[in-house]
Amino acid sequence: MTLTKAHAGSGLRRMRTSSASRKKAFWLTTMMLPGAVWLLLIRYLPMFGIVIAFKNYRAYRPNTFWNNIIQSEFVGLKNFEFLNSPDTGIMIRNTLGYNLLWIILGLVISVAFAIMMSELSSRFLAKSYQTMMFFPYFLSWVVASYFVLAFLDPTSGMIPFMQKATGQKITNFYHDTTWWPLILTICNLWKNLGYSSVLYLAAITGIDTTQYEAAAVDGASKWQQIWHVTLPGIRPMIVILLIMNIGKIFNADFGLFYNVPQNSGSLYPVTQVVDTYVYRAYANTHNLGMSSAAGFLQSAVGMLCIIGANALVRKIDPESSLF
Amino acid sequence: MTAITPPARKKIKAGSFSLNRFSTRTQALFHVILLLFSLLCIIPFIFVIIIAFSSEDSIRQIGYSFTPISWSTDAFAYTFKLGNALWRSYLNSFLITIVGTVLSVAMTVLYAYPLYRRDYKYRKFFNFLSFFTMIFGGGLVPTYVICKSVLGLSDNYAALIVPMLFSPFNVIIMRTFLQTTVPPELIEAATIDGSGEYSTLLRIVLPVVKPGIATIALLVSLAYWNEWFLSLLYLNKNMSIMPLQYLLMRMQRNADFLAKNSSMLGADASKAAAQLPSQSLKMALVVFIVIPIACAYPFFQRYVIAGLTIGSVKG
Repeated sequence: MTLTKAHAGSGLRRMRTSSASRKKAFWLTTMMLPGAVWLLLIRYLPMFGIVIAFKNYRAYRPNTFWNNIIQSEFVGLKNFEFLNSPDTGIMIRNTLGYNLLWIILGLVISVAFAIMMSELSSRFLAKSYQTMMFFPYFLSWVVASYFVLAFLDPTSGMIPFMQKATGQKITNFYHDTTWWPLILTICNLWKNLGYSSVLYLAAITGIDTTQYEAAAVDGASKWQQIWHVTLPGIRPMIVILLIMNIGKIFNADFGLFYNVPQNSGSLYPVTQVVDTYVYRAYANTHNLGMSSAAGFLQSAVGMLCIIGANALVRKIDPESSLF
Repeated sequence: MTAITPPARKKIKAGSFSLNRFSTRTQALFHVILLLFSLLCIIPFIFVIIIAFSSEDSIRQIGYSFTPISWSTDAFAYTFKLGNALWRSYLNSFLITIVGTVLSVAMTVLYAYPLYRRDYKYRKFFNFLSFFTMIFGGGLVPTYVICKSVLGLSDNYAALIVPMLFSPFNVIIMRTFLQTTVPPELIEAATIDGSGEYSTLLRIVLPVVKPGIATIALLVSLAYWNEWFLSLLYLNKNMSIMPLQYLLMRMQRNADFLAKNSSMLGADASKAAAQLPSQSLKMALVVFIVIPIACAYPFFQRYVIAGLTIGSVKG
């Protein structure tokens, strides 16, 4: 084989590979298209709709969305004036308060459950508990709201009837705010504990068993092993979930706050959260500008929270950062 | 550890056995706590089943109870009498779930596969395109307005399917499945054999990632089956396409919603509403909606757990 021949050969191969790689990129890009088009239409296009938050959106002629947006008057921050109303304070307090409480309760209880399940001698029973505990996660809040109704319904619910039977004053649960912080907390834990316990259980299963053996050799009791082996072992998981939850602290579970209290107006002081506020602002008053403004604030603050949380994770444990 | 001779090691193992297990009494306590919570998780559903089979008389006298005075299947008999409105929405739920799941799985796999391919040029760009939507969005109202007035998603099946077709979260789960189960050499070998990109995906990759596809399919179908928010947003006039979840939600606030919307007309409808075992009927519908999940649940639980574990760590 002469030098020139070899040279020519490699040049040919390079040409062939470059055309092959272009072809490859083309076909792979066609695969991305359905998803990419969906993202552009359903996720990116509405981002331009955010201008509604800064405009007095009204219908013009011809009555098309883009024309209305262009013609509508620019009003600066007028749509953000809702921030001054006392309702806004209540809704922010509710959103942050419930989220903080549930993050802490959820963390402590689900880690405890995961440790208990991992320590049971009977694998079968541990699996059975897990199966039952995970079940509510797969039900919708509409279904869950009927479960709650079965207990609280003022005309035939179990608890009002028990109160009647024992001669107590009957609580009208759907008009009395007293119990709702507790009811919502129970509902949230009921639905989500199974899921988070399973996540922590998966992390515990991943811990190297020789660590426990070594601890036992050193004379550590089981409780000491939990403290010095299990908890440090699942620390990355705890940190990730904690920080991800903090990143979502301005988002609330719409279904829980809307369906479970039956959208009851007298309960708003304890059930109004950012998500229901935005929805009701639009559904009840058709105030596009104000509800867009509220939604935009939520998105923006949410993004800052996620970026901040991620920066924190990167500092603590670069491996588990999101981006 | 090298100094320990086999017999000595055995002794430590035997000795450590008690140290590596909680005492029977502590374990019993664990069982009690876990059992109580587990029961709490399924008892509401059992309660609803009991109510669905309670007679209206019993409900009137002692309310919803775990031990009704008398049993009855009136509620279920009535669902057949009511006909149209109910069964139609049940059918809608199935239709939306099936169509949505098939399309969504296809889109997810097609999007995740090139992202998994390290030799794909625009990988970073498309990755960012999907990732960015996880941290920022237009918000509920602009999305609603665009979908409704620009994309025409209103009072049609598309409105109940399209807004949920694609999820960056599922793309991440699928990509992770691909990364952990499909070695890049497999793709290289197929390419050298002259296999095109689509045929590599269909013939080589898909059979290997079947568990991943099952996971995505289950997550998506659960999401569609449980969906009511899209109906709340996009259904205003055309109630004939509403899924069962939304029907249930509407019934909560007005009990004779079903009778009014059923196939019966005029005087018949009001008569039907009067005899309606409305209390147990509602609960019977809840049973209808949970039964498919409860039946399939023991089988799909494993896949869903796998997917969610991956998703939570990576996503």
